[in-house]
Amino acid sequence: MTKEISDLEKMASQVRRDIIKMVYECQSGHPGGSLGCADYLVALYFRVMKHNPEFNMDGTGEDLFFLSNGHISPVFYSVLARAGYFDVAELKTFRKLNSRLQGHPTTHEHLPGVRIASGSLGQGMSVAIGAALTKKINKDNGIVFSLHGDGELQEGQNWEAAMFAPFNKVDNLICTVDVNGQQIDGPTSKVLDLTSLEAKFLAFGWDVMHTDGNNMSELVATLEEAKSKTGNGKPIMILMKTEMGKGVDFMEGSHKWHGIAPNAEQLAEAFTQLEETFGDF
Amino acid sequence: MKKYTYTEKKDTRSGFGAGLLEAGRKNENVVALCADLIGSLKMGDFQKEFPDRFVQVGIAEANMIGIAAGMTIGGKIPFTGTFANFSTGRVYDQIRQSVAYSDKNVKICASHAGLTLGEDGATHQILEDIGMMKMLPGMTVINPCDYNQTKAATLAIAEHEGPVYLRFGRPVIPVFTPADQKFEIGKAWMVNEGTDVTIIATGHLVWEAILAGEKLAEEGINAEIINIHTIKPLDEEAVLNSVKKTGCIVTCEEHNRYGGLGESVAQLLATQLPTPQEFVAVNDSFGESGTPADLMKKYGLDSSNIIEAVKKVMKRK
Repeated sequence: MTKEISDLEKMASQVRRDIIKMVYECQSGHPGGSLGCADYLVALYFRVMKHNPEFNMDGTGEDLFFLSNGHISPVFYSVLARAGYFDVAELKTFRKLNSRLQGHPTTHEHLPGVRIASGSLGQGMSVAIGAALTKKINKDNGIVFSLHGDGELQEGQNWEAAMFAPFNKVDNLICTVDVNGQQIDGPTSKVLDLTSLEAKFLAFGWDVMHTDGNNMSELVATLEEAKSKTGNGKPIMILMKTEMGKGVDFMEGSHKWHGIAPNAEQLAEAFTQLEETFGDF
Repeated sequence: MKKYTYTEKKDTRSGFGAGLLEAGRKNENVVALCADLIGSLKMGDFQKEFPDRFVQVGIAEANMIGIAAGMTIGGKIPFTGTFANFSTGRVYDQIRQSVAYSDKNVKICASHAGLTLGEDGATHQILEDIGMMKMLPGMTVINPCDYNQTKAATLAIAEHEGPVYLRFGRPVIPVFTPADQKFEIGKAWMVNEGTDVTIIATGHLVWEAILAGEKLAEEGINAEIINIHTIKPLDEEAVLNSVKKTGCIVTCEEHNRYGGLGESVAQLLATQLPTPQEFVAVNDSFGESGTPADLMKKYGLDSSNIIEAVKKVMKRK
């Protein structure tokens, strides 16, 4: 398994190529947030998490990951495939009829690596808490990770979950919010301002950390530190600053690439900016 | 008419509480979650005996459903408890995505269903829950008829793999089914064999159907009465075999006539064996405050309404 920061960066470049190609081939999907979170998912699956690509739903003894913002499925699928959960060639079926790679992740088609359906926003934190509680009851030392969009935090269920986890000392849980400041209708600051997420989560009783989600060495260091802080009575919330569309200059920093696909010319242009490191699917 | 007697009246929610405790003793993977209604759901005994397997989520039903879905990962069998309204309509999307579509082994246990929670009024009297739950692919929907059957159903769903909606209520009603019954999910229970009309009832309207059957017998009408405790999957064979004999049917439920048991039966009969049918159900309306008995009467759900429907449907044969 890949370990060094430079290897992780190479993998992230390949994952970004996968994302662009998947979205291009079906002419639909969500490239912006997927590109922004490529480094995070690569760091988790190729370095930070203890996990087994011989997938079983219960994941006993493993660390678990839940994707709450399910629309960034391209990055999730690419990383699962590159980590060995299923054949990389299957990425070409994304969003097509009879595929296991549905537009939003699901367990319904039995794709290895997916433990819950997501897409309707705001549900993943509760699910991650539930999985963490079961690990505690089972005396399983695995850690539960989850990823959430910042815009997604406008959904009220998150705050039910945010209140529950610290009160119940769910301290085997590391949630991360992808703070890219963008949502479909524009910047979060214009649509419905989130104000200080740090102040909010601190007030709810979380251990709050910050990281640059597009700087692999900083990201890995933050995640490793977060792991070392588990078991201390508090759930951990990482506020991860990313750039939507990261790695493809004409997609960077804009909500416009939240949910549209590139054309052939844009695909070619994007590929000149991302090194092919492990072979395209 | 077969004679049914009872020595006591109890609420079906207490049958759930007793069943949950026993299920917990039988299987250490059974866990329970409640949204600030431990007393109302009769979950206190389970909480006391298994504090480490009990989760108080507070008034946060969406979070409760999500946590329950997550707890299945690692082998737990979560039972969630709150009122029927907050178990379904309030959390429909959470159940749809995190439980049903995700194929999670969650048991959604709902008390205070229908009009007969009484004085709290329409905000709490859900009459659409069966419809919402039966529309979800893969969801099993169960509405037992008395204390003993609710207890038996609670034990049965703990052993059933897959999402279940279990509906019960607050009013005290006669306990007339055996304490030692074996509950078979999806298998109708023959209350009385008859030849003139089929009466199919679910929940505590089974007792009303028995009262109606006794009166009808006095008038020389021999009613076949069937307890459909499992609305989905429906015991189609039991329904079809009965109407082949009787040629007409009345369905009885404490639910809106849209989306309930009657609608499922009508769909079956329309495609398999077109049969005159009358519906004893709430006629597309919200409820209101009142005593359970007064509400049953006003909204047309008691034995006199069943008798009226029987007479009407027999003329349509």
